[in-house]
Amino acid sequence: MKITVFTALILTLASPTLACETVTSGEMTIENAWSRATIGANRPAVFYVAITNAGSSGDALIGIATPAASMPMLHQTVVTEDIASMPHAMSIPIAAGQSVQLAPGGYHGMLMGLTEALKVGDNFPMTLTFQNAGDITINVEVLSIRAEGPDCESDGQ
Amino acid sequence: MRIRRAVILGIGGVAGAAAFALGLGGWRTRNRSQSGADLLPLPFADMSFSLTDQRGNMVRPEDWIGRPTMVFFGFTWCPDVCPTTLSDISGWLEELGTDADRLNVAMITVDPERDTTEVLGDYLSHFDPRIIGLTGTLEEIERAASGFRARFEKLARDDDYTMNHTAGVFLFRSDGGFASIIDYHEDRRFAVPKIRRAIG
Repeated sequence: MKITVFTALILTLASPTLACETVTSGEMTIENAWSRATIGANRPAVFYVAITNAGSSGDALIGIATPAASMPMLHQTVVTEDIASMPHAMSIPIAAGQSVQLAPGGYHGMLMGLTEALKVGDNFPMTLTFQNAGDITINVEVLSIRAEGPDCESDGQ
Repeated sequence: MRIRRAVILGIGGVAGAAAFALGLGGWRTRNRSQSGADLLPLPFADMSFSLTDQRGNMVRPEDWIGRPTMVFFGFTWCPDVCPTTLSDISGWLEELGTDADRLNVAMITVDPERDTTEVLGDYLSHFDPRIIGLTGTLEEIERAASGFRARFEKLARDDDYTMNHTAGVFLFRSDGGFASIIDYHEDRRFAVPKIRRAIG
């Protein structure tokens, strides 16, 4: 774990636009990983990312893990009859040949039990666990609390 | 690796429990029969509540008559909807420019337990300074919600709780009458024209 954090620090120094990094593992491509700064460590943080499954069979995101939070969970904001609720997402299906966005107002990671407050410019590793593709780790960049997404040239959104 | 498995299994269990709770709970008010007119927010003149803003000022609905007003319900412990709505509103206010100075803009918390005036002030300092945050007793917040025909519900979860709440942004004309709602999933390009119409 220490090595991961250390690597993350090195990466921060090397690249100011981490949210635009792309990680590809097999048929799965992960990009645009970002979060919002938090006020203190008591409030839950959020995790957004874009996932593309270039394979010919479906997969599913079934869990997330990070040293930044003790209780990371997958959630979905659902607005029904204008009431917003945030049920847990058991798994997020990533169909063959499709992209899925964890983005404001929809699927997102909810990071409870933050180790420390997230500040703009921080970054932390997030391991996404897929049913078939296994574990893939990406660095998450912390943007402003007002951010609506990273500015990436090849923005998948 | 073993730790991660445990976490994933934990999530499964928690999710199952939450799904069960959601299924059981449902929305108590959903089946209440309401005629069409009852669904519209009341004009401010017919609402009655008394809340406090993050600077300690008392705010009543009649205080908003005379200027167009934008109000929404939320809470600062929510990681997704509320920062997104506040960012959107901050963006709209910027786009409206000086016209936005004529607006009252308020977020009413549905979580007065955690959202004290101090907490609201701290949180809102990160967004457009024209947005005020209102809190008060649960009873006053319920009175406000009923005037807006808004709903909220506290939901226990993982030794903690979360709030379900009306997500739209309410617009009122300067005479205090209800103008329209900007829905949460509405195309953001329509928001600013809608606000301009309410401003008149």
